[in-house]
Amino acid sequence: MEQVLTKHFADDRYRHVDAYVETGGYEALRKAFGMPKGQIVDEVRKANLRGRGGAGFPAGVKWGFLPKDLSRPRVLVVNADEGEPGTFKDRLIMSRGPHLLLEGIGIASFAMTIHLSYIYIRGEFVREAKVLEEAIAEAYAKGYLGKNILNSGFDLDVYVHRGAGAYICGEETSLINSLEGKRGWPRLKPPFPASIGAFGLPTIVNNVETISDVPWIIANGGERFAALGVEKNGGTRLVGVSGAVERPGVYELSAGVNLRDIIYVHAGGMKDGKELKAVIPGGSSTPVLRSDEIDVTYDIESMGKAGTMPGSGGVIVIPEGTCMVRALSVLMRFYAHESCGQCTPCREGTGWLSKIVRRIEEGQGKEGDVELLLDVCDNMMGRTICPLADAAVMPAQSFIWKFREEFDRHIEDRKCPYGNKF
Amino acid sequence: MPTFTINGISATVPEGTTILSAARQIGVEIPHYCYHPRLSIAGNCRMCLVEVEKFPKLQIACNTVVTEGMVVRSDTEKVRKAVTGVLELMLIHHPVDCPICDQAGECGLQNYYMKFGLHKSRYALEDKVHKRKVQDIGGQIVLDAERCILCSRCVRFLQEVTRTGELEFVNRGDHSEISIFPGRPLDNDYTGNLADICPVGALTSKDFRFQCRVWFLSGVESICPGCSTGCNIDAHFRGDLLYRLKPRENDDVNQTWMCDFGRLEYKKANEDRLLTPVLREGGQSVAAAWDAALFTTALRLRESVKEHGPASAAVVASPHSSNEELFLARKLATEVLKTENHGFTSRTPGLRASDDFLIKADKNPNSKGAQLLGFSEEGFDRIVKAISGGKVRALLLFGNVLADFSDTEIGSLLSNVPFVAHVGTRDGAVSRAAHAVLPSSSFVERGGTFTNFAGRVQRFRAGFPPRGKAKNDIEILVGLANQLGAGWAFAGESSVFEAIAGSVAPFSGMSYESLGFWGHVAGGSK
Repeated sequence: MEQVLTKHFADDRYRHVDAYVETGGYEALRKAFGMPKGQIVDEVRKANLRGRGGAGFPAGVKWGFLPKDLSRPRVLVVNADEGEPGTFKDRLIMSRGPHLLLEGIGIASFAMTIHLSYIYIRGEFVREAKVLEEAIAEAYAKGYLGKNILNSGFDLDVYVHRGAGAYICGEETSLINSLEGKRGWPRLKPPFPASIGAFGLPTIVNNVETISDVPWIIANGGERFAALGVEKNGGTRLVGVSGAVERPGVYELSAGVNLRDIIYVHAGGMKDGKELKAVIPGGSSTPVLRSDEIDVTYDIESMGKAGTMPGSGGVIVIPEGTCMVRALSVLMRFYAHESCGQCTPCREGTGWLSKIVRRIEEGQGKEGDVELLLDVCDNMMGRTICPLADAAVMPAQSFIWKFREEFDRHIEDRKCPYGNKF
Repeated sequence: MPTFTINGISATVPEGTTILSAARQIGVEIPHYCYHPRLSIAGNCRMCLVEVEKFPKLQIACNTVVTEGMVVRSDTEKVRKAVTGVLELMLIHHPVDCPICDQAGECGLQNYYMKFGLHKSRYALEDKVHKRKVQDIGGQIVLDAERCILCSRCVRFLQEVTRTGELEFVNRGDHSEISIFPGRPLDNDYTGNLADICPVGALTSKDFRFQCRVWFLSGVESICPGCSTGCNIDAHFRGDLLYRLKPRENDDVNQTWMCDFGRLEYKKANEDRLLTPVLREGGQSVAAAWDAALFTTALRLRESVKEHGPASAAVVASPHSSNEELFLARKLATEVLKTENHGFTSRTPGLRASDDFLIKADKNPNSKGAQLLGFSEEGFDRIVKAISGGKVRALLLFGNVLADFSDTEIGSLLSNVPFVAHVGTRDGAVSRAAHAVLPSSSFVERGGTFTNFAGRVQRFRAGFPPRGKAKNDIEILVGLANQLGAGWAFAGESSVFEAIAGSVAPFSGMSYESLGFWGHVAGGSK
């Protein structure tokens, strides 16, 4: 399997510009400067590169949303807020191969005639921010950023902006507000960021992994990238496996890998030979799968048919013996804590869901509570400005649909059958 | 101009119109909280969800622009369930303390609950999140964060209208609340509007707090008498007491706002009122019957003119009088008393603060009207000089203040005049120096028109009859004129306005009908 991103990640020096250049780094940027801009975008389109932040929007198409007229400067914002529980792939890129990201930013910015780029990095990523800052300083020093990059006449400035630890700031318009120094509230759309984004300027927001794939695509061609994956899902993707597996970690796999293989082949199988109970396949917001549902290709369409999504590539493996009510309770507490408070259904609903699930887990559930949960979910789903309400509802609904008997048993027995106590 | 249908009704609306305002224009009410026609779209309350054909999800009507052929439904079961669901979520943490809430009776939550909710609470009482209550956040406002539905109207008002930004959201999720910054209370002259735009009882008026249940109040369309802007207002009263003033929409004058000073103007109509005619002779005050008071005043004016010539009688008009009253006062001076000693002044005691929005330095509602109807500030200065020189023998004085003179100055100036008749509403230095006190009516006890600084002629209406034995100013003027043998037949303000329209050029062609809701610019086109 060809590695697009992680080939040299084992080398500690790779985070520095010299080692990066030794392995052919920044050659794609040089190549891009010799290409017509439209052709760069075409290559990315041909690559079937789907956004790696979770929504899976085709990157090339997104770039095409920028207004044609160049009278206003545009901005590229890299979403490095990686806050989705179970997801830890972007941090690997930023700490092991920051120049991949910077080269990707250079190519994307050139293709879209952007001269200003921000990397909005999650506040907790203190070390990663430091590595990035060092890499940026090196890139400026070597002429890969700044004025007249590689004598191309193209200028680009890149800034790292650290977030303050809010999950919601991973949502692109919330991120933009936060970047502007405002409260991290998602914006009402339309207008979309491509027309009015950061500081009122046309803005493209891309995930770290998405942008980091770009140098390889330009170096090797969009078609070759597409061929690494499956139809409509080009390339490889970084899959972060956590939970009860023998070898938790980040794996670079074809976008067409089988979910079962992710767990049983790449991550070394179930830890201590435990039985698999459930998998949250793409970060905590994605609908859970039962152990008998995991024989599915990890591309967006196949996962969609299975009622879920590969999301941000965070596979959370749940073994037998785990109380699903308790697991959901932990998730619900997270969403209640992270709801920004703007839209009524999410603000009030996430807290309500959390309280009901917690009381069921504590043995205080009442008859009708499960129906109440589902009804509250129904009143939240698709009713808000951003998808945070949906992100809370999808696990809640799927946990109930697939493990209903556990919820009922908690209520009937008036205690957690697994003996959990809060 | 796209044509769309909502609930089967077809309509054509201007390009860019949202579903919510388009629906409004054709009488379909879509429930909402965060939407306010004067503020930016927030789209966060989620009450205005509607079904739009070809959209899989419900859309918010406040931010969805009508397009050609769009088919919208706000009356389906799906929409009703969504709206009911949002309302339930809005209420789960609400204290439901309507019995002690000032907003009760005009509350968005109560109204929509009656219309869409009527559900029993499914939320455990002990699960309610408690927030800060009874917070004095400055200005005229008290904040109860538990009652707040976080619609952000107040935050947007302070960002977009006053541009002072004192309120922001703090905390997240169901612990979100609005708050001032520590130690930085509301600091602008328009805070009262926050209580108006708050759809619930979160922001209430300190002044109105616990004064009266709103369903006991009656309202009348009026004009703020606090300055020459002439903000359109509704005056709310119970019996013969005013309780509050609320801004009324007029795009050409005040949009839907009014200032904090104006909002408290109502107190002047309640406090220190002159309620009985008084005659004063040799330091002795006696309550008098109206006939006696008018007779004495007419007698002294006539004697003065007869014995010392018309110049010995003077009329000081008030820029708080209506156009109708000013017209009659001028007519009385020039046609009945035949004196050229008449004038008015817009000078007032106290601060004359102004800003670039609604507050004007001229603290009178009708200085422009006084000018258009033939009174001048020079005339006033001439009268003051004549009084000081002992040349004025009888003075007819309208209004509660005399320019920006202090009480002592008023006392010593008026002591030069052998007879002062005062037509006013409030007890003060002027009434105490007068020999005849003719108590008149506050702005809500009589009807008429004011001409604002820009020449806009606007109607204010009587809410209740004059308090005590006070009389309508027009009645006083007509009574006095007829005691002087004028034979006037004016009956009510509309007949006077007809006379103005027929004889004073800037008002020509106007009528109460043509003024309508929003007034008419004097001398201008509509």
